[in-house]
Amino acid sequence: MRWIRRNVVVVAGLLTLAYMILPNLVVMVFSFNKPKGRFNYSWQTFSLDAWKDPCGVADLCGSLTLSFQIAVWATIGATVLGTMIAFALVRYRFRARGAINSLIFLPMAMPEVVMAASLLTLFLNMGAELGFWTVLIAHIMFCLSFVVTAVKARVMSMDPKLEEAARDLYAGPVQTFVRVTLPIAAPGIAAGALLAFALSFDDFIITNFNAGSSVTFPMFVWGSAQRGTPVQINVIGTAMFAIAVLMVIGGQLVSDRRKRAAKP
Amino acid sequence: MTETSPTDRGGDDVRLTGISKSYGSFHAVKPLDLTVPEGSFFALLGASGCGKTTTLRMIAGLEDPTTGSVFLGEKDVTGLPPHKRPVNTVFQSYALFPHLDIYENVAFGLRRRGIKSVKKQVGDMLDLVQLGDFAKRKPHQLSGGQQQRVAVARALINHPKVLLLDEPLGALDLKLRRQMQLELKRIQTEVGITFVHVTHDQEEAMTMADTVAVMNAGRVEQLGAPAELYENPQTTFVANFLGTSNLIEADVAEKNGDEVVVTSAGVKLRLPADRCTSQVADGGRLLVGVRPEKISLAHADDAGSVPAGRNRISGRIVDSSFIGVSTQYVINSPVCGELEVYAQNIERDGRLVPGAEVVLHWNPAHTFGLDAAQDIDAGVKTVDEEGA
Repeated sequence: MRWIRRNVVVVAGLLTLAYMILPNLVVMVFSFNKPKGRFNYSWQTFSLDAWKDPCGVADLCGSLTLSFQIAVWATIGATVLGTMIAFALVRYRFRARGAINSLIFLPMAMPEVVMAASLLTLFLNMGAELGFWTVLIAHIMFCLSFVVTAVKARVMSMDPKLEEAARDLYAGPVQTFVRVTLPIAAPGIAAGALLAFALSFDDFIITNFNAGSSVTFPMFVWGSAQRGTPVQINVIGTAMFAIAVLMVIGGQLVSDRRKRAAKP
Repeated sequence: MTETSPTDRGGDDVRLTGISKSYGSFHAVKPLDLTVPEGSFFALLGASGCGKTTTLRMIAGLEDPTTGSVFLGEKDVTGLPPHKRPVNTVFQSYALFPHLDIYENVAFGLRRRGIKSVKKQVGDMLDLVQLGDFAKRKPHQLSGGQQQRVAVARALINHPKVLLLDEPLGALDLKLRRQMQLELKRIQTEVGITFVHVTHDQEEAMTMADTVAVMNAGRVEQLGAPAELYENPQTTFVANFLGTSNLIEADVAEKNGDEVVVTSAGVKLRLPADRCTSQVADGGRLLVGVRPEKISLAHADDAGSVPAGRNRISGRIVDSSFIGVSTQYVINSPVCGELEVYAQNIERDGRLVPGAEVVLHWNPAHTFGLDAAQDIDAGVKTVDEEGA
């Protein structure tokens, strides 16, 4: 009894973790599978075939590259615009500020299907050719609200006196922004950018409506799930998961070392 | 400490001419002229909202004056942005850059001016504020007092013509504040730079500054050395804000050369004519003031022993509080409801307890006279609020 009481938090934590990690583990394990037939749903024998030839399936790596390109540009666009919007909303008083403040949350709150359909209507009415650019515009649009929210929180907690201090210490407007404002807002901007990248990279609904004949990686996975799932999809998924985990661990190590170095 | 070259240190007074700041219809600072002599420790003293911080920010360039000009020496800097003024500020919240360590915080100003070899200067400056061992720490790892010293070092390292201090000790506890007052005074003497210090703490202003300007509602009420302000307040606001004053409304009875005789509730009081701020005319009114520590108390039974030639008022003790070095009495008398008397605890008279009949007496030379047209309680309430 005592043991349970003392460790209940740890057990609950581990169970939650297992609940979240288990699907990823399945993906990982099945990336080493050699399925019979076209569907990779039951375990057969261990094999490295898919890992040796990740682009072995037609169109897979093309869709991956497209997704990657869109995600990078959407992240850059949304982060730059979102950061500027966040600063404007926190620092300046202007007309319609309140309205913008609440409207910026709309893309987060609205069902994605609705947004996807209305975007498609808009693009068709404008006579735009569906493809890379329409998808990019749509992604920047919905990533924006996440970036704004993340950066705004950071800018709001920032003492405006810090910038005054920088100006007082011989930093011109540009220097003040580069040396003080940006570094202090950086964690918020980075968080917003990471969110934007993740959201853009795996978005399916909005992309599917507005992509025309282009095929992104999520669209490829969905399409192939109906005709048979190549093991390579698991390989790509596992690689992405591994990269993300490595990045988190790396970041943790760097900040730990910094903390230790700062201590006397 | 290396001084800036002697040539640019001549005549670096700070001069404000007709400077004012309005926000819409609210006048934060009314047109004001002020000269801060080079090398002095100058305090702007006033309650919150009196315009002292706005005045400071106009000197720094962080606020544009509505009218008037700011001069540093002979140079008009009114139109210069803050980063082009040879002026540095210590902010109330310190405003240390959280992402930089102490070393880089202190080096910030030097680096922005393109100075490459900052190591020696930063080291010297950290030693001056006794933080040499803390160079690699981040601001949040330091105590309030240490952060405060970093803020001072970060400003001083640039050898500004003027160092502006905006309530720099406001966030510190009382004991540390007293310590830092002496510390700042020491640093100012050591570096010889003009300090303009904004504070609402009258004791702090008097302890540290050579010259104090008392501000009220966007105007400078009075300017002078601390002792001068304390002994010869020109307005009721200064009399009440700077320490405590007993102010008695009185009618002018006669004027004999250097001496003015007034009466209040039948009591005759005398004061020197040159200590009256307003024109004294027979039949006019005056506010007669005397500081609580100037008054002596005698029990009514000993009234005969009070020397002749002193102002005397009889009354009854309504309250007394013992505060260590002195005892503070509140005395009810016909001339004034509440007279305050501070008596040093040298030889305490056991009969001086609430309810006792007493005679208050003081040297007429310690009496000052103010224009009776003013609000007798100006500046009183503010002190209570700030003390809370």
